[in-house]
Amino acid sequence: MTKWAIEAHALGCRLGARPVFSQLDLAVPRGALVGVLGPNGAGKTTLLRCLLGLARRTEGRLEVLGRDPGAVRASIGYVSQGEPPEMSLHLSAVASVAAAFQGERWGFPLHRRRERNHALEALEAAEAGALAQRPLGELSGGQRQRVRIAQALVNAPQLLLLDEPLASLDQGGQQAVLRLAKRLCLDRGITVLMSAHDLNPLLEYIDLVLYMANGQGRLGSVDDVVREDVLSALYGLPMRATRVDGRIFVHPDRGFIPELTDCCPHCEGCK
Amino acid sequence: MILGLEYAFMRHAVFAGSAIALVSAPMGYFVLLRRQAFAAHALSHVGFAGAAGAILLSLSPYLGLFAFTLASAVGLALLGSRVGERDVGIGMVLMFALGLGVLFLNLYTANAAAAIGILFGSIVGISSTQMWLSAGVALGVLVVLALIYRPLRLASLDQDAARGRGVPVGALGVVFVLLLALAVSISVPVIGALLIFSLLIGPPAAARVLARSVEGGLLLAALIGLAETWGGIAASYYIGYPASTWIAGISFLIYLLAAWGGPRLRPRAAR
Ligand SMILES: Nc1ncnc2c1ncn2[C@@H]1O[C@H](COP(=O)(O)OP(=O)(O)OP(=O)(O)O)[C@@H](O)[C@H]1O
Ligand SMILES: [Mg+2]
Repeated sequence: MTKWAIEAHALGCRLGARPVFSQLDLAVPRGALVGVLGPNGAGKTTLLRCLLGLARRTEGRLEVLGRDPGAVRASIGYVSQGEPPEMSLHLSAVASVAAAFQGERWGFPLHRRRERNHALEALEAAEAGALAQRPLGELSGGQRQRVRIAQALVNAPQLLLLDEPLASLDQGGQQAVLRLAKRLCLDRGITVLMSAHDLNPLLEYIDLVLYMANGQGRLGSVDDVVREDVLSALYGLPMRATRVDGRIFVHPDRGFIPELTDCCPHCEGCK
Repeated sequence: MILGLEYAFMRHAVFAGSAIALVSAPMGYFVLLRRQAFAAHALSHVGFAGAAGAILLSLSPYLGLFAFTLASAVGLALLGSRVGERDVGIGMVLMFALGLGVLFLNLYTANAAAAIGILFGSIVGISSTQMWLSAGVALGVLVVLALIYRPLRLASLDQDAARGRGVPVGALGVVFVLLLALAVSISVPVIGALLIFSLLIGPPAAARVLARSVEGGLLLAALIGLAETWGGIAASYYIGYPASTWIAGISFLIYLLAAWGGPRLRPRAAR
């Protein structure tokens, strides 16, 4: 077993003809909680999908849990961005988590009791044990987020990829999800990558931050990455990181962050 | 003897009706989970066109049914999986097939009764060949459904999570629509192209409101489907009027009862 949960060298990924990011170097130790930050369209979702082997790596080297991505899917828990449109609101939380237990295997589950027990355990681990019997349709957004995390935990993953789990949660809800993620790292040694839009709620929990912008990314401690010189190099324009009362505000030297979504140094439109 | 089971046509009706109810319940439950009711509706009408064409050529209606529904199932599967684009594609296929159906009827005016039989079903006019064909196809569909059950369940509840675990979501979708085409094809001559929902959607819709787990829903849907079929045949035998009318009526009534009573029946503690 290698020390690294994720190891990448000069990793690049393109979707269609569009390069999403390139030259990404990652070394994430096992059991770390990593915040993945960056503006809309920076490639956070694409990176997580790349780690799952769903988006094809187009250049560089990538090892996830010491193996090729895709070969270790069974050990990765994934919660996608936003709520799945297919979500069936009539089902109880425990039934929807049970459906994820070894969901990739063929055949009919003959051990429904076992499936259910694993689901109940996962719900407990996600601090959603009390919600087990409630139908999804009657849960709040934050409660549903917990059930989805439980779904990702039901197969005892070593790596957990949470795509914007804090979106649409209030402060209390965000803290609860962050505490939960931290506990999973500390108690179970699970490595957690969590994409987010606001760095501040994450500050006291994360071990590392991966900042993505402009088709590039930098991984490191908050003090090493959220610095004006590093961010300016990433964004390709003068950036400021203002610290006030232990909070950090990242903004361009002057005015607002320009529209970066469809703009990168490589693509046709910007030339 | 009860239900007039001393008559062959009644035995055929009960046996074939039961087989169709048993295959429609789980297929319909997944149709609801996957929001493919429109596809099911379209397949039954496409089946009608196929049957009408086969009758025109003096072939078995089943040949036309299987050929048309399976071919359009492949077409639908190729159209993509996003609900929006999917629905437009289904509408196009449906329109084209019904246009053909009208043409076939127009060319073959000698036997309007055959067309009526396909549109509204003729459960008491089933031959023994038809009965065995229905039972065989139903069994085959159920076996394949059991084989793909776990990945299909996960993909139907949460596509992204399923992809993350390496489930071939696209291929499963194709297999499912093909199974649906087979289930619809054996249902059309018996229950009627226009009344296909009475067994395919009615029982699972009621079961979904009442059951909190997928397996509970499947079981309940099968029981409701059987009860509707037997009740409809019995009512038709003892009281009169077409069995299809009874089955559709009972299906409607059970759904209303479930939708009204379901939320009230649920124990307070579980809310
Ligand atoms: N299927 C696709 N085909 C082509 N380009 C795509 C596809 N999906 C995403 N992209 C592009 O890839 C880039 C990165 O998208 P991604 O979804 O990874 O961003 P993100 O950082 O997750 O953004 P957000 O914060 O809005 O979720 C965007 O520029 C987007 O337009
Ligand atoms: Mg994203």
